[in-house]
Amino acid sequence: MATTSKEITVNMGPQHPSTHGVLRLILELDGETVVSCAPHLGYLHRGSEKLAENRTYQQIVPLTDRFDYLSCGNNNLAYAIAVEKLMGIEVPERADYLRTIVAELSRISSHLLWLATHAADIGAVTVLLYTLREREEILELFELLTGARLTVSYVNIGGVRRDATPEFIARCKDFMSRFPAKIDDYDTLIMENRIFVGRTKGIGIISYDEAIDWGLTGGSLRGSGVDYDLRKAAPYAAYDRVEFDVPLGKTGDVYDRYIIRVEEMRQSVRIINQCFRDMPDGPVKADIPTVSLPPKDRVMADIETLAHHFVLVSKGFTVAPGEVYVGCEVPKGELGFYIVSDGSSSPLRMKVRSPSFVNLQCLPRMVKGHMIADIVSCIGSIDIVLGEVDR
Amino acid sequence: MGIIDLLVLTIYIVAGGALIMVFTLLNTAYLTYYERKVMAHMQQRLGPMHTGYHGLLQPLADGLKLFFKEDIIPSQADKAVFILAPLMGLIPAFISFAVVPFGPKFTVMGHEVPLYLADLNISLLYVLALSSMGAYGIIMAGWSSNSKYALMGGLRSSSQVISYEIAMGLSLISVLMMSGSLSLVEITKAQAGAGLLGILPNWNVFCQPVAFIIYLIASIAETNRAPFDLPEAENELVAGFHVEYSGMRFAYFFMAEYANMLMVSCLAVVLFLGGWNPIIPRSVFEMVPGLGGYIGFIGDPAVWWFIIKLYAYFFLFLWFRATLPRLRYDQLMKLGWKIMLPVALANILVTGIVMTFLN
Repeated sequence: MATTSKEITVNMGPQHPSTHGVLRLILELDGETVVSCAPHLGYLHRGSEKLAENRTYQQIVPLTDRFDYLSCGNNNLAYAIAVEKLMGIEVPERADYLRTIVAELSRISSHLLWLATHAADIGAVTVLLYTLREREEILELFELLTGARLTVSYVNIGGVRRDATPEFIARCKDFMSRFPAKIDDYDTLIMENRIFVGRTKGIGIISYDEAIDWGLTGGSLRGSGVDYDLRKAAPYAAYDRVEFDVPLGKTGDVYDRYIIRVEEMRQSVRIINQCFRDMPDGPVKADIPTVSLPPKDRVMADIETLAHHFVLVSKGFTVAPGEVYVGCEVPKGELGFYIVSDGSSSPLRMKVRSPSFVNLQCLPRMVKGHMIADIVSCIGSIDIVLGEVDR
Repeated sequence: MGIIDLLVLTIYIVAGGALIMVFTLLNTAYLTYYERKVMAHMQQRLGPMHTGYHGLLQPLADGLKLFFKEDIIPSQADKAVFILAPLMGLIPAFISFAVVPFGPKFTVMGHEVPLYLADLNISLLYVLALSSMGAYGIIMAGWSSNSKYALMGGLRSSSQVISYEIAMGLSLISVLMMSGSLSLVEITKAQAGAGLLGILPNWNVFCQPVAFIIYLIASIAETNRAPFDLPEAENELVAGFHVEYSGMRFAYFFMAEYANMLMVSCLAVVLFLGGWNPIIPRSVFEMVPGLGGYIGFIGDPAVWWFIIKLYAYFFLFLWFRATLPRLRYDQLMKLGWKIMLPVALANILVTGIVMTFLN
């Protein structure tokens, strides 16, 4: 037997306040020190990939909302780009900018919740209340733009669901002007706090090579100093038309990953401000009758358009046979959609490469030899959402 | 001693005991309210607002709710120890209040009534002994619950209490050296009047700032409060030693925790902040024209000075909790043994040298 009488086995989760959902860890502990850690998954499995096979392409968009429910705009975008690439659809420029704005707003809101839970895991509860205050403003912006707060389904195949109103643009600009000062506020609470630094520096180190070997993406990868951001490496939406920096860490510990994500929020503000500056007027949906729904006023006016609308909603559109893989930089890392089409109106197979799932696999490596309190800071630092791990 | 005197003494002891119990119980209840309100306002919230005016009845509602909760004893638990543990935590916390000098003696109907139940010549030792007893309750709870989370919480707590008790005790020794007494009443009396430079009050905190800081840190660690709340670190151990407890037994632990906090705050006030002595000395009030007959009322030692200081000190607990992240177990031990213990010892040495030369 591997375990000696000295070690105890502790079951952490799936109901545990700081496993960020329903993650279950089987821990072997030697006193307070972690000897081994085995994550158990599947408590939030909803079979999204299988469900997708029985839905039309447009109906899958709401499913993607439920992967990483903290950054729905990004998930919608990654899926929509994959289908558009498969069908060869060009998206209007205004839609590209709106997509970028929603993706970056989602990124900020996701990072805010990450910061809240990460700091609360380490014991700084006040940060949670502060960041949730700002997140609430973003959710209200989403409500204004899309009608939904969390599961927005805003990005559609061929464009976005509706155009931004002047009110949304004004409020969003206002928020963007106030938000950087709020990030500074969070920094004053924890960034140089000796206890926080002591709890995060030198913990859960993943080296440059290891990070690549484990297939990490997102902040977890860049924390180890690997300069890889899909927004730069394979630009999509309007990312090739905006300027932003990709922050990089040095040592790859929990503190570096924290610094990077906070800096990413500042860069997101930069991107959104540029988008508002450069966004042209024009349509927000591709003018392709087989994909985009006709305008509502014409649907109510003549029977042909009504019939067209009906068929498009009930049967969906068909996609020529083929297969495609598209990866997008979501807050957690690279979210990839691999879609195989057999020419019908629903995919033959949709495989989702979820960043949380891939990033989670290095948790046992991170926590080995550290203390039990470091487990929660490591879980926090890889920023997982169990909805995305299990799909 | 006549029968009347005996009767008066009995009534005095029973009434005094009851009064202190009521004071402690009310405080344990309303300190939670104080904590929730202070923390809420630090965190941009309102805290309890619905039960009574600004949530003033919330502690009673909480107590009532816990009282009617089902009392669950895990089937695998060690029943006797499991039942005994909350009491082991609660009773020492409450009986240590017997020696706290809340206010000076005052005269009622020709009888001198002190605002403390007992003036032992070893009352500080008594308090320290009882506060150590509290750790047994936690260890017993952790062990008897037969849960690994509770066990680890209990183990953390025991090691933490032992480590920090030493630093705390050593920080108190320098105060004892100066006052020359273990009686809390005597220590309070020694801090009366003006002290350094004639401006600052003659409180020990001004002569012994290092000891005060060590005591402050150790008292937070001793009561398992943030940032030293490792035994009940909710993010790691869920709830720590009382994870298996429910209803009134859980409430006992909760009350014990708050009673302990109250006790260490009382001790800080008595030992460092001058106890019942006024914050603003009498001479300042005498300079204000028109106060006349009220000077004796507000300028003299009194119980409300004690209470003001008590809640001011308690505010520090809440402030730290709202601000600081939690230390890790090894960092906590390092701080206790490698930093606070040597500093406390050095402080004693310096105090001794200074006292020798001054005398």
